[in-house]
Amino acid sequence: MALASPPIASVRQTHGEATTTLQATGITKRFPGVLANDRVDFDLRQSEIHGLLGENGAGKTTLMNILYGLYQPDEGTIFLGGQPTQITSPHDAIAQGIGMVHQHFMLVPPLTVTENIILGQESLQPATRVLGRLSALDRRGAAARIRELSHQYGLDVDPDAYIKDLPVGAQQRVEIVKALYRRAEILILDEPTAVLTPQEADELFVIMQSLVRQGKSIIFITHKLREMFAVTDRISVMRGGKMVGTTTPKQATSEMLAEMMVGRKVILQIDKAPAHPGAVILRVDNLQAQDDRHAMTVHDASFEVREGEILGIAGVQGNGQRELVEALTGLRHVVAGKVELLSQDITHATPRAITELGVGHVPEDRHKHGLVLTFPVRDNLVLCTYYESPFARGLVINAAAIENEAQKLVKEFDIRTPSTDTLAGSLSGGNQQKVIVARELDRPVKLLIANQPTRGLDVGSIEFIHRRIVEARDRRTAVLLVSAELDEIMTLSDRIAVMYKGRILDTLAASDATREQLGLLMAGVKGGAHV
Amino acid sequence: MSNTTVSVPQASRLRLKIGPRQLLTAVFAAVGAGAVFLLFNAIIGGQCDSQCVIGTLNQSVRYAAPIALAAYCGLMCERAAVINIGIEGMMLMGSMVGYGVNVYAFTWMKQNGMDAATAGDISRALALGLAVVSSGLLALLHAVVSIRFKADQIISGTVINILAVGLTGYFYRQYLAQNIPPGPGTFPPFDIPLLGQIPLLGAIMFQGQKPIVYFMLVATLLIHYVLFYTPWGLRTRAVGENPRAADTLGVNVYRVRYINVLIGGLLAGFGGAWFTLEAVDVFNPQMTNGLGFIGLAAMIFGNWTPFGALAGALIFGLGNTINTTVSIFRPDIPSQIPQMLPYILTILVLTGFVGRAIPPAADGQPYEKQ
Ligand SMILES: Nc1ncnc2c1ncn2[C@@H]1O[C@H](COP(=O)(O)OP(=O)(O)O)[C@@H](O)[C@H]1O
Ligand SMILES: [Mg+2]
Repeated sequence: MALASPPIASVRQTHGEATTTLQATGITKRFPGVLANDRVDFDLRQSEIHGLLGENGAGKTTLMNILYGLYQPDEGTIFLGGQPTQITSPHDAIAQGIGMVHQHFMLVPPLTVTENIILGQESLQPATRVLGRLSALDRRGAAARIRELSHQYGLDVDPDAYIKDLPVGAQQRVEIVKALYRRAEILILDEPTAVLTPQEADELFVIMQSLVRQGKSIIFITHKLREMFAVTDRISVMRGGKMVGTTTPKQATSEMLAEMMVGRKVILQIDKAPAHPGAVILRVDNLQAQDDRHAMTVHDASFEVREGEILGIAGVQGNGQRELVEALTGLRHVVAGKVELLSQDITHATPRAITELGVGHVPEDRHKHGLVLTFPVRDNLVLCTYYESPFARGLVINAAAIENEAQKLVKEFDIRTPSTDTLAGSLSGGNQQKVIVARELDRPVKLLIANQPTRGLDVGSIEFIHRRIVEARDRRTAVLLVSAELDEIMTLSDRIAVMYKGRILDTLAASDATREQLGLLMAGVKGGAHV
Repeated sequence: MSNTTVSVPQASRLRLKIGPRQLLTAVFAAVGAGAVFLLFNAIIGGQCDSQCVIGTLNQSVRYAAPIALAAYCGLMCERAAVINIGIEGMMLMGSMVGYGVNVYAFTWMKQNGMDAATAGDISRALALGLAVVSSGLLALLHAVVSIRFKADQIISGTVINILAVGLTGYFYRQYLAQNIPPGPGTFPPFDIPLLGQIPLLGAIMFQGQKPIVYFMLVATLLIHYVLFYTPWGLRTRAVGENPRAADTLGVNVYRVRYINVLIGGLLAGFGGAWFTLEAVDVFNPQMTNGLGFIGLAAMIFGNWTPFGALAGALIFGLGNTINTTVSIFRPDIPSQIPQMLPYILTILVLTGFVGRAIPPAADGQPYEKQ
């Protein structure tokens, strides 16, 4: 980056008396059955980076959507520059100088960067302006303005590129430019680092600092403690819809923030005995698979998993992990290569055959592939075994046996549900995931494949599921863990393979892998060279 | 590597870029058309000379008009993510209204002492206008049901098709089946001054065609301009791909969809009017004969672009024309066989091209504001 940037963790000069630019008081927002924001107070000072920390479901996005005009608060007032104001729509928010980069990008993939940025505020060829909405777009003028902005703030974007060809990091820069193009003075970044490698996150922090140096104010949301200390001036913590408190990185410690976030003491590390790997359970040789658009997203992936060990596959989302897991579990056609389970060829086996050979699968998308949301918890707990004795007698389901099993698993896996008759769709995310883990681990599995097993869960459920995975390993199960959360990979794995653009770039012993090393591999840099 | 290959079709979607892919397509099309003609000529015993070839192509453009207009209707709707399978019904309504208004307005004006030529011109223009309006009203119904009430768009489209069959059937039996007063006939053909002089192309496209055919050709250019060069088109495409993104930038998703569906309905109205104001001077129940659906096939073939859809429509038009010519020259061949041609083409085209055609990502999904 060409900017003369201070080191990431350096503290900027805070001016004596900072003015408050945005303030929200007593914000309450209810959704059916959920109090998403409960009398929340929040304020943002001029030229500061204000970190907002909280678990999934704490209400951070809801609060931001209110500030951006997407939701109307049920109660509470918003002040901008000291004046009470109403923000009735995103359009209104934009007009009042607020820009937001959403957790899920609001980009149109088949359009160009320029088109995405000017959408809704198109610049027109002067000669045709009389035609209104039907006048000709001035793409060149807009592109020039975008280049100017990207230069001014150190945001590297190519105005003529198509969004769908850009890596996530670049898409995020487009989102930021989009807000700046609309002359945003206040920027809301909702979990911007969730999709980035650690290095990309650091680059984003440099950009954020350049922005505040030039007078912008930023609300920065994350649930990663490390990032709070890296860039923020102040930190606010939300929990269960309430604002727990505000502190500064100087006063706070990780333990303190974690406790504010969760509401009790948290053990940040999980106890894990050294692994004693045994025989090879899963062997993958030069596997190739395509995504739904027939682009080859898994190239020559080769690795093995042994009994009693956890192999973690690290990588930024979208580097072929989904296709890899689907290919291994029989859900996706294998184009080339070989998959062996216990020396049996399962390359083209059906999902049921693979399940019956002793593979448990915790899929990435628990709503789509993990559960039948409209079935009761009870039925979801026997989805892999319902056709076998004792759950079926011939063609007839044995309801009593299923109920017994369900009762047992609900107790054993601490699934918080009113009854086994409750629909899976109405459980919280953590309990839904426990249903899946219970179902997959209750069988005598030789191999557990867990893809993003704790995404979007609360700390309690994460701890629980992590413990179950380690226990499975200690019972000699081979575990293949796929996760985009580096912390999760580093906590659980015995060996770590890094996946980049469909290839296993390198495999390291977890004991001597560092965050920096893994981050570089995740960005495709191996041995100092970009692959 | 994969980046460049992916971005090529995208670029061609935006501009009429002439790259290797386009050239290859053009070469294939030319070779294919040549082969079809050789086959065709063999069937009819070598009786198609160059004059006949030009005539056949001229005829194909004529037949392509309703298919292309149906395709444009579909693509205006689907670019804004509203699926419209009610095009068939909208066209049927347009053709019935066009015919009825043409005949009865003419009769009324003549009874009131107007000379036949003027009355004919006025009634045809009025008939075209009302045909377009009637189709537009059905489109408005589709828009309200699928945008405002978020009903299933396939069901809404089906209802419109059934409704149109019922309504036109009723009016047909009541007023258009027998004892119809003499009407002014269809629009007269005319040549376009300068364009008609272009060698070959002029004779095929710009000579001896009727107004709706010319309108279709102009509409191709207009839609291309609107979709890819104007704020409205940008918003339409954004709404079709990611309505939430458009919404967060202050674009009124519902408004964009309403207007596009309405414009689509008007285009389908022109397509419907073609049957009774250009092709033949009668109305039959169900005379649109599935061309609305073939229009959707042309739209898919053309990857939701106007020029692509026109190419698709021309292929279907050619199939239709060849079938007519064959039945004239070779009455011994059962007419069912050449009549199958357009449908076989539809199947071939859809199986061959659908895999590569990418619909707008939000196609068919009602938009829920949070
Ligand atoms: N549109 C909505 N409808 C119903 N419930 C919602 C909606 N948006 C958020 N919620 C609920 O509000 C709570 C807070 O969610 P959110 O603000 O997204 O949390 P965070 O961003 O901190 O993870 C959650 O329980 C969530 O399920
Ligand atoms: Mg959130």
